Amino acid sequence: MIELKGLCKDYNGVRAIDNLNLKVKVGEIFGLLGPNGAGKTTAIRILTTLARPTAGKVFINGKEVSRNKAGIKSEIGVVSQTENLDRQLTARENLELHGRLFKVPASKRRARIEKLLAFVDLTARAHTAVEYFSGGMKRRLMIARALVHEPRLLFLDEPTVGLDPQVRRKIWDLIRNLNGQGITVLLTTHYIEEAELLCHRVGIMNKGQLIALGTPAELKARVGDTVVEVPYNGETRYLVFENRKKGLQHAATLKENLVIRESNLEDVFVELTGHKVGV
Amino acid sequence: MLYDTYTVFWREMVLLRKKFKSFFAGSMVSPLLYLLSFGWGLGRNIQLDSTSYLDFVVPGIVALSAMNASYSGTGTSLNVSRLYYKTLEEFLVAPISVVSLVLGNVFSGCFRGLFSAGLIIIFSCFFGANLCLGGWFFVSLLLTCFVFATLGLVAAMVVSSHEGMSRFGTFVILPMTFLCGTFFKVESYPGAIAWFVKMLPLTHASISLRALAMNAEFPLVSLLVMTAYALILFILGVWVTYRVE
Repeated sequence: MIELKGLCKDYNGVRAIDNLNLKVKVGEIFGLLGPNGAGKTTAIRILTTLARPTAGKVFINGKEVSRNKAGIKSEIGVVSQTENLDRQLTARENLELHGRLFKVPASKRRARIEKLLAFVDLTARAHTAVEYFSGGMKRRLMIARALVHEPRLLFLDEPTVGLDPQVRRKIWDLIRNLNGQGITVLLTTHYIEEAELLCHRVGIMNKGQLIALGTPAELKARVGDTVVEVPYNGETRYLVFENRKKGLQHAATLKENLVIRESNLEDVFVELTGHKVGV
Repeated sequence: MLYDTYTVFWREMVLLRKKFKSFFAGSMVSPLLYLLSFGWGLGRNIQLDSTSYLDFVVPGIVALSAMNASYSGTGTSLNVSRLYYKTLEEFLVAPISVVSLVLGNVFSGCFRGLFSAGLIIIFSCFFGANLCLGGWFFVSLLLTCFVFATLGLVAAMVVSSHEGMSRFGTFVILPMTFLCGTFFKVESYPGAIAWFVKMLPLTHASISLRALAMNAEFPLVSLLVMTAYALILFILGVWVTYRVE
């Protein structure tokens, strides 16, 4: 469904994306995980025609992506990292504008907007100007907006950044629900938990490059099953073991206050790059 | 393409409707100040050739007002939309042509310019101005609005900060306000300066609007210059919008 071939992007001589090759399959939730500045947002901006690649090509459903290809734009929904709703317009007017821009017939538009407002639980606020919305409500409305023209492919750039844990879980449920309806999802995140719990496959990015790719389980299997965190000179050392038994055996030989836990994608990132994901 | 252009324009009009009171009040301030100071205060006792200064200056103020309202109506709102609110992205990811996006925004700027100019024309009647408002006058006025709305669009797409937009206004729009024959004839300048001023679009807007409002010789050259500016700026507007990231 999505294919990136040798994608490169430079900004003022600085390489933001370096030879990115990737395939996203139909029906999956694919996550690009990495710290800020890893190139995730740049990749999604190229995929959604907001930026042009310096080199390489991007294909969606076999068609090459470019700014002036209306056909591709009609097939994708985009939820940006930054809140870009019209604040003075109401929730309904924002959806109405999107429907008009994507040429959803007027006869169908009204029913579609009602359905989406209900889906994101904003029916009661349909006539309220967006400037009075909370961060979570805005994010839900942005997701609804991206769905007005019924895309089969949805791009979400850091969909839960800046939201509290409760709202974050609500957004996850929305994304799972959409995926359950057959919508392919490509999202970026720097939240380990989000990538692990939500994505079928994860691509880990660092400094513009894809450094690992697989299901969360496959990626974790690369480093081991169990992590022992050991305090050392004011810092924490992460010791990774193949299984819990080996971890416990090693922990028994140490006198420090230890934390023994299952490995996560952050451990994979640390193993591959030598530093934490951070923000 | 027409439907997409209308959609972009529709959004601007919905926004305008929501802040109409402040837009209306804001549109009245400059016209009233210009008419009070230049038309009534300064110009009441000045006689130019066989006409009153008020009749001479009103078309200039109409051009000036159309320029400011069209330029800021497109430029300021689009620049804020691109750099601050990021609402421009919604249009860039939509399956609409760049030409529609440009035209929708430019027409919105034109609407604001025509509205502002219309207020001046109405007020000037109360101040006793005698204007000949034929069809060509409105063609010339529309052309003026189109030129400065596209200039605003180009600036909004190219300039990368709000401070930069303000500087653009200071170095491009403000000098035209005082130099381009709005308050006096450009023939008053010495040779080289007159030659430079005659290259600027507001000069031709003032000349054509004045000639048409005073029923003087048909300003063919100025209208052609304005048309050339409109075409060049429109093509440039489409190009910079296509390139914007």
